[in-house]
Amino acid sequence: MRYLPHTKEDIESMLKVAGQSCLDDLFNCIPDDLKTKDSLDIPESLSEWELNAHMEELASLNIACKDYKCFIGAGSYDHYIPAIIPYLISRSEFMTAYTPYQPEVSQGTLQGIYEFQTMITELLGMDIATASHYDCGTALAEAALIALRKNKNANKIAVSSLTHPSHRQIIDTYISPAGYEIVEIPYTKEGLTDVGALGAMDDIAGIAVQSPNFFGNIEDLSSFKTVAEAKKILFIASFTEALAFGLLKNPGSFGADLVAGEGQSLGIAKSFGGPGLGLLAGTQKLMRSLPGRLIGKTKDANGDDGFVLTLATREQHIRREKASSNICSNNGLNAMTAAVYLATVGKIGIREIAQQNHDKAVYLKTSLEKAGFESVFETPFFNEFVMKAPVSFEQKRTALINDKCIFAGMRLDKFYPGLKNHYLFCATEKISKGDIDQLAKEVQE
Amino acid sequence: MNKQPGTSGLIFNEPLLWDKSREGRCAVSLPKPDVERADLEKDLIGDAPELPQLSELDVVRHYTRLSQWNFGVDSGMYPLGSCTMKYNPKTNEVQAARQGFAGAHPFAGEEFSQGALKLMYNLEQYLAKLTGFDAVTLQPAAGAHGELAGMLMIHAYHAKMGKQRSKIIIPDTAHGTNPASASLCGYDSINIKSGDNGILEPLAVAAVMDEETAGIMVTNPNTLGLFESNIKEIADIVHSKGGLVYGDGANMNAIMGIVKPGEIGVDVLHFNLHKTFSTPHGGGGPGSGPVAVGKTLEPFLPVPRIVKELDSYKLVTDFSDTMGRLHTFYGHFGVMIRAYAYILSMGGKGLTDASKLAVLNANYVKESLKGTLNLPYDYPCMHECVFNDEFQKEYHITTMDMAKRLLDYGFHPPTVYFPLVVDSAFMVEPTETESKEDIDQFISAVKAIAKEAQENPEKLKKAPHKTKVTRLDEVAAARKPCLRG
Repeated sequence: MRYLPHTKEDIESMLKVAGQSCLDDLFNCIPDDLKTKDSLDIPESLSEWELNAHMEELASLNIACKDYKCFIGAGSYDHYIPAIIPYLISRSEFMTAYTPYQPEVSQGTLQGIYEFQTMITELLGMDIATASHYDCGTALAEAALIALRKNKNANKIAVSSLTHPSHRQIIDTYISPAGYEIVEIPYTKEGLTDVGALGAMDDIAGIAVQSPNFFGNIEDLSSFKTVAEAKKILFIASFTEALAFGLLKNPGSFGADLVAGEGQSLGIAKSFGGPGLGLLAGTQKLMRSLPGRLIGKTKDANGDDGFVLTLATREQHIRREKASSNICSNNGLNAMTAAVYLATVGKIGIREIAQQNHDKAVYLKTSLEKAGFESVFETPFFNEFVMKAPVSFEQKRTALINDKCIFAGMRLDKFYPGLKNHYLFCATEKISKGDIDQLAKEVQE
Repeated sequence: MNKQPGTSGLIFNEPLLWDKSREGRCAVSLPKPDVERADLEKDLIGDAPELPQLSELDVVRHYTRLSQWNFGVDSGMYPLGSCTMKYNPKTNEVQAARQGFAGAHPFAGEEFSQGALKLMYNLEQYLAKLTGFDAVTLQPAAGAHGELAGMLMIHAYHAKMGKQRSKIIIPDTAHGTNPASASLCGYDSINIKSGDNGILEPLAVAAVMDEETAGIMVTNPNTLGLFESNIKEIADIVHSKGGLVYGDGANMNAIMGIVKPGEIGVDVLHFNLHKTFSTPHGGGGPGSGPVAVGKTLEPFLPVPRIVKELDSYKLVTDFSDTMGRLHTFYGHFGVMIRAYAYILSMGGKGLTDASKLAVLNANYVKESLKGTLNLPYDYPCMHECVFNDEFQKEYHITTMDMAKRLLDYGFHPPTVYFPLVVDSAFMVEPTETESKEDIDQFISAVKAIAKEAQENPEKLKKAPHKTKVTRLDEVAAARKPCLRG
């Protein structure tokens, strides 16, 4: 096996040093009745070319071929990934390193993540960004736990019903064993979270609202901040489309105390939903409550600048059962990927890409309306929106995937049973006018 | 003896991104707009974020230089105990990058995602067979996330049995994630000491196990690198009081094909695909932490689960006792692809060989260094061995000094100051992919450093000398945190 370097002579001489006569004797410290009687029922090893054939066969069973057109978002977005991003991020010094516990030989990761933290705070308008979480859902659950711990008199968290459905489930999974509850804030006929419903909600430790929300609509976050302030509780903003803040006002500008988000749009492949990039940011005041790694700037013994993991006293390896979270490994390499992406597109690029997303989405919506679809909400959106489709559309949608590799929107009734024949559409900068015109033609009644 | 790998050469200074920024530069060529500009209402629009403005070469040079300040498995031996820093095969990267995988949308629909689901289903099967369990979830995104999943299942099980419990037993050799995961479920940790021989004694477990205790969390092999040979008896004690046994599989690399935890009383076990199954650690993730369970806990697995019906695969959420959901989609699929490719490349025999050679390498290091460094628990070890600085104390040299000096020799230091049960631990896990020559070089480096500790202790106290930066002031970093530029 090419990953195992030992020659027969190596094994013999090493066994001699270890004082054993054969490899099996190394396991004499394990009582016989604890050893397994059967060998592993796992296939024989494949050569690299056999592996290639097998993997390509599996990959081709997914209809994600080279020229497929993706009009679906819903938390995973089809953005262009410039060639330099996978190229730089595959450098093995980044990829094959561990968590930077030895800062003298980890300055690449450390400076890179420090720059990541800085660019994320800039993107979100927040004071502090952590070095990453698993995904938006888990980051949001951590944010909910912060709010609940900060406000010991309350045991509920109010979450918008237009927060990604999976995220609501994750929050519930994380908080319910400790006796906390989630209450959902209903939505209005404009497709926005009903801020008016919060007045009657008691016993809540925080308010969590996603914007753009799961329907793609842009929420008025300032109204939720006002309620949170009046109730003296934390306001948590979340998002699944990080590129929106190339164009829209950021959550920090509305006074969010905590922001949880998904960074997959920043140069990371969709990869069937993971690994993505959980972003968690907060105000200065909440610095010591934020779970997860943080990189800080310091000096070395010669007085030169350098970077280290810092504020570890919040973390599980020091605090054990008193830690703010059990998180250990995060999504570091994807944080680095996002940093390379943000440095690549820069201030000019992110604005233009975000604007183009919006332009294409507006054109897509207009084209679908002309093709017989019904607009559901007349509310400003970024790159996603809801349409009611003609009844015959579902059949056509399946045919479009099978015949043309066009994924035309996602059914919403799975998540919102009242919304029969409603679809969530998305357009990114990768979609051309020609693609949209083709889709409109195909679905024309 | 060959020259030690550590040397110094030309590396480059590189400023922070924004110090290189010049107004008007952009490293991406933007597509020409082909539809009309659609202006949003003015009060919704913010200022463009102040990101750096760079050319493509600026970006490439920046990250190339940064990467050169890092040490990775591809640079040299990385014997970080309990982290299993084995070689990360390059073919795994090729497999994960295939368009059909990397481009797959999680909401494309089951019938159009059969390849991804089949891969995940197969991987679940292999992990179950490897460990003697009945079912596996791949959803947890990291080892600690897998631990949380396991504890949430135990919590859901006790709720279903009609009476929630309040405590969990955790040995002193446990990873810090164990108590932190348990406390998220509202369980108080009951810490117990391991015996003089470094392993758990059934009596110690029996003394604290009661009907208020949800179960026990056991890492086996434990973090001293020793096999918990009383595991079955301990499991019987815990089961007899209605508790469950959580197995921390962080150290699974020692026992593939030798011991199947599902056969010896463990009820639930997590894996670290980024340790045992060769996926890259990425400077801190993304990892993947699948969890295997026996029949008792199967109903409580997170959803969605992958179900095979005839020749097709489905995502099913309809399990009434499920503990819930842990990831927005299905977990870290990209990491699963790499682990799956590794298992297929190794085959059943290759995985067993890997464990045998990992244990051989660790015992070889232990025997070769035990006169040089103090070995508090001198027993045959599994995949790792734990020394400390007892012999160097008279020269006022610490584990940290030796670790830093190893950097100059071109080795990543072992895990230091963990496990807590050994004072000033120096925990070496060579892994099976290191050759005898490389291990010999490591051994001779440690011996040379021990000699320097006697003859020139100042050299160690100021180490490292050859790295881009010297020892960093971590106290100042924490006292006045500067977390952004």
